[in-house]
Amino acid sequence: MALLEVEDLHTYYGNIHALKGISLTVEEGEIVTLIGTNGAGKTTTLNTISRLLTPRQGTVRLEGQDLSHVPAHRLVTMGIVQVPEGRRVFARLTVEENLRMGAFTIKDKAVIDEGIERGYTMFPRLKERSKQVSGTLSGGEQQMLAMARALMAKPRLLLLDEPSMGLAPTLVEFIFETITSIHAEGVSILLVEQNALQALAVASRGYVLQTGKVLMADTAAALAANEDVRRAYLGEI
Amino acid sequence: MTPMQTPTTWAERTGLTERLLDIGIAVFLWAFRIIVLFVVVVGSLLTLARGRYSIEVWIDLIVGGLSLGAIYALIALGYTMVYGILRMINFAHGEIFMVGAFAGFFTGVYLAGTGLLTASPLSAVVGIAIMILMAMAVAALVALIAERIAYRPLRNAPRLVLLISAIGVSFFLQYTVRGLFGPGIYAYPSVPFLAEPVDLPLLSILRLKWLDVLVIGSAIGMMLALYLFVMRSRAGTAIRAVSEDKATAALMGIDVNRAIVTTFAIGAAMAGAAGVLYGLMFRQIFFFSGFVPGIKAFTAAVLGGIGNIPGAMVGGFLLGELESVGPTLFLDGLGVPSPNQLKDVIAFTILVLVLIFRPQGIMGERLSRSRA
Repeated sequence: MALLEVEDLHTYYGNIHALKGISLTVEEGEIVTLIGTNGAGKTTTLNTISRLLTPRQGTVRLEGQDLSHVPAHRLVTMGIVQVPEGRRVFARLTVEENLRMGAFTIKDKAVIDEGIERGYTMFPRLKERSKQVSGTLSGGEQQMLAMARALMAKPRLLLLDEPSMGLAPTLVEFIFETITSIHAEGVSILLVEQNALQALAVASRGYVLQTGKVLMADTAAALAANEDVRRAYLGEI
Repeated sequence: MTPMQTPTTWAERTGLTERLLDIGIAVFLWAFRIIVLFVVVVGSLLTLARGRYSIEVWIDLIVGGLSLGAIYALIALGYTMVYGILRMINFAHGEIFMVGAFAGFFTGVYLAGTGLLTASPLSAVVGIAIMILMAMAVAALVALIAERIAYRPLRNAPRLVLLISAIGVSFFLQYTVRGLFGPGIYAYPSVPFLAEPVDLPLLSILRLKWLDVLVIGSAIGMMLALYLFVMRSRAGTAIRAVSEDKATAALMGIDVNRAIVTTFAIGAAMAGAAGVLYGLMFRQIFFFSGFVPGIKAFTAAVLGGIGNIPGAMVGGFLLGELESVGPTLFLDGLGVPSPNQLKDVIAFTILVLVLIFRPQGIMGERLSRSRA
């Protein structure tokens, strides 16, 4: 049984039909990437999985369990955590308070403190700024904080939405290294990226989305080698 | 059908009318500032120069302002917290305060019957504590019902709809209380101990009564507890997170509804407590008692910067002082007869001034920033 199974998802914004029957799976231990242009429905797919949006049709299952009637905030305890697009750190909370909010569903203080230490080991920059209000962090630091915050709840499946957006090239590399090391710790990842080349390099499989539909689904290597994909999404002529 | 109108007169072609209007508005606003500044500065100097009032009078006015300000601050917290989390002005908040005052009143009448309020200072304090707790509980319950029925279904509607719903709740509560208890004025049970002066070595210079100590002390205590709760506790931090970004808070596993409900309950409990303090201070309540204090507290919240918790506290005390000391200090020297009648004018002039010149308030950030 797949860890995450999405079947025939239709999501609307008012009358706009944004997802027109998306189906995909993520197996335990995989990194799966969604690539596609702006407006293809990548973020909408993630937000529907995390139940910020309610689909008009279709199901999302976690290990076979239907999530249709689970409120968004309950997903965290079930093991799904999303790092939203644009990082969305709580700007007026300190770095440490942000991390504690990531562990909101955990009651055990020792586990929370241990999680914070783990986050600081992964991103030493955050430790230096632990008492700082996170609105004052740089974009890269905010991305680190958003990822560290998501890991606080010890997810089994991490939904990452455009983690490299707007970052300097060296930081992009660092973020992708981090994604690989989070994966090495046994977290399955569903990764949405504009930066398709890098995403396909770390993923095992990928889906190409176009105007709310799955255009292609294949192994990452095959997608990266595909002429059409290279032309349309990898910036080759 | 008329085609697009072309400028015909010279004034229209050069945009003169608009420019004159702009200049006119600017002149008016500057004149407004200068007049207010003139009244405050010249009025104060003349009043002080005339020296008609002894130092004791000023001390009494300042202490009175602190007590009044403490009540405003307690109510203002509810406005500011609900605004912070829902971007909505809960116009029924003044009525929640009034309902709290009534709950405290009926509890007080019962306790007065048992003699608890008059037996000894200690028993009086216990009795007042029971009144306050009852008022807090009833006010919180009413606010939770209002939130569930009148606000939650409209959470994704435009803010104006929510505002109108709040005005509806406000009328509903006023006329429910009127229907249940009639339009008459109720005299709060008297607690003789509160009228006695505080006879302690250093404090006697302040000419405090025990009532002032009770009002100011309990208000500051509750505000301190609230501040620690919001800044230190897990649930308080969650409320701040939800205020900033509901979707992301939900992604962290925070129950957004619960955070909103907690905010309403806390704000209402503070208003309920303020209702009892108000009743003990002004001695009379009726079904419309929530309206003016509610608007004044809203002014205090705007003055401090709506959405900002320390701002509401500062704004409340500042408004209380301006209203208490202001009329005598600013207006008496200018020869205004019985200036105390004009204290509401001062309060609402402040509201207008803040809204025109500093809408973000003393401690607030820009209102226009859209985070909702």
